[in-house]
Amino acid sequence: MSTIHARDLAKTYRISEKQPGLAGTLRHLVNRCHRDVVAVDRISFTIEPGEMVGFLGPNGAGKTTTLKMLTGLIHPSAGELEVAGHQPWRRQAAFLRQITLVMGNRQQLIWDLPALDSLRVNAAVYGIDEREAQRRIGELADMLELGPELQRPLRKLSLGQRMKAELLAALLHRPAVLFLDEPTLGLDVNAQARVRDFLADYNRRTGATVLLTSHDMGDITALCPRVLLIHQGQLFHDGSLARLTQRLAPCRQVRLELEQLQPAEAFAGFGTIESHQGHQVRLLVPRAQLTERVAALLERFAVVDLEVSDPPIEELIGGLFRQRGEASAAAAEP
Amino acid sequence: MSRAWRVARALLGSQYALMLEYRAEIALWALSGVLPLIMLGVWSGSGAGAAAGLSPQQLSHYFLAAFVVRQFTVVWLIHVFEEDALQGRLSPLLLQPLSPLWRYLAAHFSEQGTRVPFVLLMLLLVGLAAPGVLWWPSAGALLLGGLAILAAFLLRFLLQVIVTTLCFWSERAAALDRLLLIPYLFLSGLVAPLDTFPPAVRRLALATPFPWMVDFPARLLAGEPVNGALGFGAMAAWCLLLWPIAHLLWRAGLRRYSAMGA
Repeated sequence: MSTIHARDLAKTYRISEKQPGLAGTLRHLVNRCHRDVVAVDRISFTIEPGEMVGFLGPNGAGKTTTLKMLTGLIHPSAGELEVAGHQPWRRQAAFLRQITLVMGNRQQLIWDLPALDSLRVNAAVYGIDEREAQRRIGELADMLELGPELQRPLRKLSLGQRMKAELLAALLHRPAVLFLDEPTLGLDVNAQARVRDFLADYNRRTGATVLLTSHDMGDITALCPRVLLIHQGQLFHDGSLARLTQRLAPCRQVRLELEQLQPAEAFAGFGTIESHQGHQVRLLVPRAQLTERVAALLERFAVVDLEVSDPPIEELIGGLFRQRGEASAAAAEP
Repeated sequence: MSRAWRVARALLGSQYALMLEYRAEIALWALSGVLPLIMLGVWSGSGAGAAAGLSPQQLSHYFLAAFVVRQFTVVWLIHVFEEDALQGRLSPLLLQPLSPLWRYLAAHFSEQGTRVPFVLLMLLLVGLAAPGVLWWPSAGALLLGGLAILAAFLLRFLLQVIVTTLCFWSERAAALDRLLLIPYLFLSGLVAPLDTFPPAVRRLALATPFPWMVDFPARLLAGEPVNGALGFGAMAAWCLLLWPIAHLLWRAGLRRYSAMGA
């Protein structure tokens, strides 16, 4: 049985709109105008137990709204939804005991108290006996490399230490489903790496299902073999990151470092020139002709270094959304 | 140890530790609840108490008791809830298998615990400023008065839960609470004992929950002859009436919750 099953899941918000200025304010007071905004538009997907899935999309794409529906914080406007065998919006205790939501920009721990005080409350709320709670705190603290920090008021901890303490609190009850919304937001490179390692380790040890949103593609590439890509409330891609790259980028990137300076025209016919600066040239070459074009480049020029790679996924996704945004704007024009 | 007791102990412990962090603020809050002491000063000089059949000693006992009742029945749920809802702090609480209202209730009890030394200090200062005004209530008055204060607090809390649920519909529901403050101030007995009201106003007041929030526990604590069964019965009846309303509004509100800021 799937851990998460969503079919034609939709959420529409009704928002009121006000024109600027005094006249707009007065009009708004007597005759309020409302508009329906479709945040999530009939998306369907399933996630199996133990999967780690990345949830991608630009700001306002509907990621957080979907997470809120999956956790039961908000009611869907339409569609079917089942998480861990429960309908989330019913918010039954048996469901809430199986899930957790970590938001990189929000905290559940009490700001002015040491994390241990909040952990003690969480242990009682989730019915974990004191000895077991101590054992779990010790185990998770080891995995997260936390120690005396847990006894210091939260406000005195660094951002990275706070995030790790938040993760500890969110996982104390051993949830089977983890919803992570930007868990590495604002962390430095080292702290990001530690959080990623921890999440991978937790998934391996417990078999928990993880749905992760992040603007940092490093999180996604390191943790998620599968990604869901959402744009304007609709699901655009459900599959591996590699397949997404292939789908978005019919070309591969060839970076050359040349022994001698060459004019840009010299590369006409080898591919699209992305950049040309001094001895460095970056070309986009169709995948199907990659081998022959690279061989021809090596034959024609004195090459010091050559690297073939996929364009950065962030650029591909950004490019896709720009294209789709322009297309929808063009379609909307009278 | 039952789970409920463990949760209560953990919540009260953490919230008390938190309130101690804010002790200076709580001292100021305690200081801001001196309206009954001001009213005592106003009434003492006017002679209006005698017209209502109250001796100066009865008046001073009443207002000092009202001061204590007011200190331990302050409810600020709506302000913290509104802030939590707007700032997105409510969402993590809603994802735990315990209603956030229990946390807020524990926070109120803890804040009352933190208030105790400040209230005692203020009573001591009153005693020093006006020798002979303080008295030691009987054990029965203390016990029944204490119970009535607890019931009055729970009634006020329940009433504010109802107003608080309106936060799910309006982003600024705290303004409604300020509207409730007016009947609370005038009908509860904070500005004058209910005995001094004209009969029609007194009847009107007794038909609301407000007199049971101050006048009744204050009179019990002051050792005045009161109908205890009627008072506690009225409080229980109001709680029984308000509880299902609060429950229904809370459930309906959760359906509307949009988890803004989270």
